[in-house]
Amino acid sequence: MSTTTANTTPAAAEPVATPKVEGPWRRFISEFAESKLALLGLIVFVIIALVAIFAPWIAPQNPYDLAQLDIMDGRMEPGTVGGAGFTYWLGTDDQGRDMLSGIMYGLRISLLVGVGSAVIACAVGASLGMLAAYAGGRTDTVIMRLVDLQLSFPSILAALMILAFLGKGVMNVVLALVIVEWAYYARTVRGTALVERRREYIEAAQCLALPTRRIIFRHLLPNCMPPLIVVATMQIARAIALEATLSFLGLGVPITEPSLGLLISNGYEYMLSGKYWISFYPGIALLVTIVSINLMGDQLRDVLNPRLKK
Amino acid sequence: MSVYLLRRLLQSVLVMLAMSVIVFVGVFAIGDPVEILISPDADQMERERAIKALGLDLPLWQQYLSFLGNALRGDLGRSFVFNEPALQLILQRMPATLELALGATFLALIIGLPLGLYAGLKPKSPVSSAIMAGSILGFSLPTFWVGLMLIMVFAVQLGWLPSTGRGPTVEVLGLHWSFLTWDGLRHLAMPALNLALFKISLVIRLTRAGVRETMLMDYVKFARAKGLSPARVTYVHVFKNIMIPVVTVVGLELGSTIAFSVVTESVFAWPGMGKLIIDSINVLDRPVIVAYLMMIVLMFITINLLVDLAYSALDPRVRLENK
Amino acid sequence: MAVSPVANSSVAATASAPTLEVRNLQTHFFTRAGVVKAVDGVSFTVQRGKVMGLVGESGSGKTVTGFSILGLVDEPGRIVGGEILFHGQNLAKLREEEMRRLRGNRIAMIFQDPMMTLNPVLRVDTQMIETVLAHTKVSKEEARQRARDTLGMVGIPSPDERLKSYPHQFSGGMRQRVAIAIALLHRPELIVADEPTTALDVTIQAQILAEVQKLCAQTGTAMIWITHDLTVVAGLADELAVMYAGRVVEHGPVNETLDKPLHPYTNGLIGSVPSRNKRGEPLRQIPGMTPSLLNLPAGCAFRNRCPKAQDKCKQAPPLGELLPGRQARCFFPYNMPAEAAA
Ligand SMILES: Nc1ncnc2c1ncn2[C@@H]1O[C@H](COP(=O)(O)OP(=O)(O)OP(=O)(O)O)[C@@H](O)[C@H]1O
Ligand code: SF4
Ligand SMILES: [Mg+2]
Repeated sequence: MSTTTANTTPAAAEPVATPKVEGPWRRFISEFAESKLALLGLIVFVIIALVAIFAPWIAPQNPYDLAQLDIMDGRMEPGTVGGAGFTYWLGTDDQGRDMLSGIMYGLRISLLVGVGSAVIACAVGASLGMLAAYAGGRTDTVIMRLVDLQLSFPSILAALMILAFLGKGVMNVVLALVIVEWAYYARTVRGTALVERRREYIEAAQCLALPTRRIIFRHLLPNCMPPLIVVATMQIARAIALEATLSFLGLGVPITEPSLGLLISNGYEYMLSGKYWISFYPGIALLVTIVSINLMGDQLRDVLNPRLKK
Repeated sequence: MSVYLLRRLLQSVLVMLAMSVIVFVGVFAIGDPVEILISPDADQMERERAIKALGLDLPLWQQYLSFLGNALRGDLGRSFVFNEPALQLILQRMPATLELALGATFLALIIGLPLGLYAGLKPKSPVSSAIMAGSILGFSLPTFWVGLMLIMVFAVQLGWLPSTGRGPTVEVLGLHWSFLTWDGLRHLAMPALNLALFKISLVIRLTRAGVRETMLMDYVKFARAKGLSPARVTYVHVFKNIMIPVVTVVGLELGSTIAFSVVTESVFAWPGMGKLIIDSINVLDRPVIVAYLMMIVLMFITINLLVDLAYSALDPRVRLENK
Repeated sequence: MAVSPVANSSVAATASAPTLEVRNLQTHFFTRAGVVKAVDGVSFTVQRGKVMGLVGESGSGKTVTGFSILGLVDEPGRIVGGEILFHGQNLAKLREEEMRRLRGNRIAMIFQDPMMTLNPVLRVDTQMIETVLAHTKVSKEEARQRARDTLGMVGIPSPDERLKSYPHQFSGGMRQRVAIAIALLHRPELIVADEPTTALDVTIQAQILAEVQKLCAQTGTAMIWITHDLTVVAGLADELAVMYAGRVVEHGPVNETLDKPLHPYTNGLIGSVPSRNKRGEPLRQIPGMTPSLLNLPAGCAFRNRCPKAQDKCKQAPPLGELLPGRQARCFFPYNMPAEAAA
């Protein structure tokens, strides 16, 4: 009998959010900007990226050019004027390297490794995830087993092992990071693609006998973008931290081109004697970079997550 | 229940086998084992004799089988550096690492749970915003750098805590532990906190999300409708439900905590197996690397099994299904 | 703001002091999208030992009314006006701790979905005993005894064994019986039952209805029975209050109201129920949609769906006592005696 009243109620009276007449892109921007912290993160990250890109032009010194370094200027306190005539605002390391310049160049490596590995891992992972979702069956099982295996293994261990086999070097670090990270993308894309596949427009596209490739690139991939962006943001931050950690452990980039992690590691032995700046400032740079990315990522996740939307 | 356990054990054996293949291929096939296992000073005659003795002239699958047979007997090779059985080296250092990881997990729970609970119960308060901002920081801070900063502040500047090492240990059940003496605890404090930092953030977020989700459940409202005190609603009805995901995740994370102790042990010169593995990688002491990997995998499997058991103890719905 | 002249005189026909009297209750939700006036002018009375049916379509504010009475409205909602008089005491003004002592003790509530009301990780005995101990100083054993007796009372076989079970080991009907038993533990003076049988199948529904009716008569408990279902109300309730868009639009004795509804909305609801005297006629539906509570138009909220709407309806009709003991919120009611209908 309880069904009878249903007749009187054609639709439940859910309070509908005030309809905003905005494009999805505009709405995305305004929702993102709702968090002041996320906006701050974005601004800081843009500044950091600019500093990293233009480091060769704005850094007081080329910290990789040993000819420019003066051992006599080693371990100078922040603010001292060195032999070359300019002020070491953040001090120098044991080789007389200007810390400010070292940090600017170090950021280059950190961002390059972080973003580069994320892009490659995203391409590899997304393709495999798409393949798993689309092919299904045994292909799906094999790929997802690999993903599970990869995800259950702590990233630091996997990276350590790979570097132990391959040796040091920027490219090897990137490779290790890609191997560590691809699984996150694969899982994300597969999950989204499986949901999207059932949607009507895919059926419609299949009815029109469009080639598979077109369905994937025109229909599936664009819908996987939002979650992929969220994962990628978080993974870039993780990759940067992991690279720094590996370099700190002496397994990352070579000593001639120190990244932030290696700069921090170099300062370790001097810290006990109170020369804090060699480790401190690169660490701050690393921290600010990672925090700015994570702040953006947090907000992106809230904005792009359809589950949280009312 | 026993059928379930049996199936899980079988699965575990399969995973171990798979890992042993990966490790074998990784260590013995990619690198040149001759170079690794035989002293570079040896002349041609000696080398050939050694190759025969080590069975390196046999086909790969036979080599793998003998590797497997040795491994089953607990023989994972001898360290080139220490000239001791690799497994023994690892086992000697395992208690230190376990102590560190368990200490960190303990800290993560006693710090993370109350903070997460507060942030979940009072989402609008500025304190909660501060807690959540802090947890982003906790996720972002590179562990090794925080370790250095801890040393700088508490050991160098303030002089409150020792900067490195494990301090005195007490032998209980044949193993050495630091946490039983005051000085040992002082040594343990900073490394444990350092390793816990990431997990604290994780526990805060898990707890907060769990609280917010659970608070919306009908059964919480019903508990309030029964006239229970707010404390009882929070600490019994809400808390018991969020303990399920928290215990599961923290338990599963114990494996990764052990893995990440590699970093903390390097910073604080903590004499555990993480420091050993970094040193071994740096000098390419491969038998030790192999032994470490196999031990880690074994620990992972054990931890997963224990977490599953804990999970079914906490959640009556699961308990029933497995009976 | 709804203007309601119902000041102090309530249903005149029943003069004895009511267990509960709700006067012009307003509960609003302050959401990001705007103020949702979920309850905006609800008035009714419930007498001792009587059942009042509270009906209305989905989203009309029935559950929020129930939560308001128990002081369980959560953020972003708030009671912003009106009185909830329980034996003359205004619950809306009570401090939380005083309210807590009433809840589950003198006022109890049964929720809509039995699958969701019991905590999945606590045993049934825990959930019952804690309710006893929250309000009385007895030993745990005595509390268990009382839990066992009450379970028996609502028709659960071998209650001793059942006490040790977890909720998922019960069927939906059994779970709702447990929830009802929990509500009955302290022999409350008022029970708010929020569609307690909708989720159950028809035979179990009938069983539970009969048992609840018996219990109410025995113990003198007053009851608010929230439902969609007019047929349930007809068989169970003494009084009827009809809600539309957050307001009570009609309130009176159940038989008279169902026979000769005053408000066009009530009339429409009855018209949509197949009944004996109308057999063969097609089901009539009320045309139109429930209005969004966010931007309710001024005037009568039913205006855009009402067959009798006129210009005057652009003003808000007050809830007035149109016939002795019968109130409605309408300018042009149905079924009025000839001379009264203007
Ligand atoms: N937390 C909240 N925030 C905003 N609006 C709410 C909230 N809770 C309830 N509402 C709104 O209050 C209105 C009344 O809801 P209520 O649950 O009382 O309806 P109901 O009559 O019980 O309906 P049903 O028959 O479907 O149970 C609805 O429009 C609902 O959207
Ligand atoms: S007041 Fe007017 S619009 Fe409202 S119900 Fe009565 S007749 Fe219909
Ligand atoms: Mg309801």
